[in-house]
Amino acid sequence: MKYMLGTVAVLAITSAAALAEEVRVYNWSDYIDEELLTKFESETGIKLIYDVFDSNEVLETKMLAGSSGYDVVVPSGEFLQRQITAGAFQPLDMSKLPNAANLWDVIKDRTAQYDAGNTHSINYMWGTTGLGVNTGKVAEALGDDAPIGSLELVFNPANMKKLSECGVHFLDAPSEMIPAALKYIGEDPNTQDPDVIKKAEAMLAGVRPYITKFHSSEYINALANGDICVAFGWSGDILQARDRAAEAENGVNIAYNAPSEGALMWFDQMAIPVDAPNPDAAHKFLNFIMDAQNMADASNYVYYANGNKASQEFLVEDVIGDTAIYPDAATLENLYTKSPYAQKVQRVVTRMWTKIKSGT
Amino acid sequence: MKRAVLIAVPYFWLLALFMIPFLIVFKISLSDAALAIPPYMPTMKEGLGAMLSQLDFENFIFLTEDDLYWKAYLSSLKIAFISTVFTFLVGYPIAYAMARAPTQWRATLMMLIILPFWTSFLIRVYAWVGILSTEGLLNRFLMWIGIISDPLIILNTSTAVYIGIVYTYVPFMILPIYAALERLDESLIEAAEDLGCSRMKAFWLITVPLSKGGIIAGCFLVFIPALGEFVIPSLLGGSGTLMIGKVLFEEFFSNRDWPVASAVAVILLIILIIPIILFQRNEQRQQEAEE
Repeated sequence: MKYMLGTVAVLAITSAAALAEEVRVYNWSDYIDEELLTKFESETGIKLIYDVFDSNEVLETKMLAGSSGYDVVVPSGEFLQRQITAGAFQPLDMSKLPNAANLWDVIKDRTAQYDAGNTHSINYMWGTTGLGVNTGKVAEALGDDAPIGSLELVFNPANMKKLSECGVHFLDAPSEMIPAALKYIGEDPNTQDPDVIKKAEAMLAGVRPYITKFHSSEYINALANGDICVAFGWSGDILQARDRAAEAENGVNIAYNAPSEGALMWFDQMAIPVDAPNPDAAHKFLNFIMDAQNMADASNYVYYANGNKASQEFLVEDVIGDTAIYPDAATLENLYTKSPYAQKVQRVVTRMWTKIKSGT
Repeated sequence: MKRAVLIAVPYFWLLALFMIPFLIVFKISLSDAALAIPPYMPTMKEGLGAMLSQLDFENFIFLTEDDLYWKAYLSSLKIAFISTVFTFLVGYPIAYAMARAPTQWRATLMMLIILPFWTSFLIRVYAWVGILSTEGLLNRFLMWIGIISDPLIILNTSTAVYIGIVYTYVPFMILPIYAALERLDESLIEAAEDLGCSRMKAFWLITVPLSKGGIIAGCFLVFIPALGEFVIPSLLGGSGTLMIGKVLFEEFFSNRDWPVASAVAVILLIILIIPIILFQRNEQRQQEAEE
């Protein structure tokens, strides 16, 4: 009988756990301080299931297929805009988000071009796409006056030839690389004209033989370990690599520079899918993230700037004082944003990217 | 009556798990991409009329207009074919040795072949990344014993893809060949040797023809999944390794063009079905000839 009671108790506990409230969050990899996740669970009593992805395309396919099962997802601006058009997200209930008052209007103004009136999303983090450099190895390959702050570094074949011996990674993200290539050849990075976009192909073909790999997350470790000397990647990822190298004390020094020609500025926005199983808990999560202290903890951990004005007083000097993370006014002026490609143009871009990568 | 029920079971299986999914994919391949959930139109909801009125094969015509697709199909066929040959060369001797091993060992040997399946396929392929990378186990070992001074670049090349496919699929080659060899009547080989065959000749004249069924089954079990393989080329292959699985992924994820992705999948299926039908016809004809 005693034994029976034990079994019944176990059953009761497991079914209670199954009934507990859950919220499912789908965010980018290496993009949060995991202590925040446990903090959310203990503050709200809601079980948090946290999954990660490393490409907007994968997220978008899940959103457009529907019934993803996620309550909170984090697409970047132009992807968000397209998914809002497709009807993938529900409008936010601002009455449940008192912490939205903490948001920074400088960023809100810019994200409004993707999400009119910021009615469907809140900014999580933002950053730039640029050059991660292993300063020692690059100086060895190109000399002390190497153009580490310019697109010349990765788009000039003469430089790339020398760098190829120590390894160069590019993001496997045509929506970021093609605009950078267009900027370098003096075209509008935001163009929707296939003929103009094709001009980038010839230039990229010239440096293709010297690119070690196209990948959107491996470069963090590769830079930190000293396996590669240059990565064209996202600001915070490269700064994370800088930090990991410093912790390992392996003699690798990493620096991040937004290209002086102008860098792409992107915004990762938190939104709630239209068919989210638990939109109420999703709002609680969004409100938790917009808390000034929590958002500061996240930025202090991942080295990305956030769209939260109130959090700035809690940011460590390493983050708020670093112009690679919070650019000064002049650099900010020089950043550009990008709108989504039309379906036909998207096909041209993907096809061109496949051709650049595989030669076919 | 009983017989009809028995036959109905596999046919139901085929209908539910093959024909219905195929028809859905085929239907999507005839529609147009759209920015909606789901991202194509017309959908089933709009009814048969809307579907028929907009029926066209433009997605299939599109596939013929760009050389990317047939190059990817050809390259996949080549990679699948070469991998099958290598898998056979590795698998046959193992199967042969197993079939010739003392009876009490065979269960253990069989267990050892199946054992890797206890670990996730993805983890096993990732392990190869660790083995083959420039800083990996293989290069460190070769440099330590002094065979090479600079690391070999294997990871992110087609060689790594071949290694990955052969490694992953070799059990599917071994098991049917082993089953065929184990059934083989040893007295036939003894008879051949008594009649003056050398061991080698007896092997070619008796063992190989009698294990033909297992060889063909093994080759199909390797060739078919290798042709559409996506995980191995994307983890081990470089961006220069063109395979139809990766093209399908790009159509689906980067272009969000489900109709074209479905058309690519339909063609892939046709490429696979033709040799299977030819093979079956051949088998049937042989059986009829024997009777």
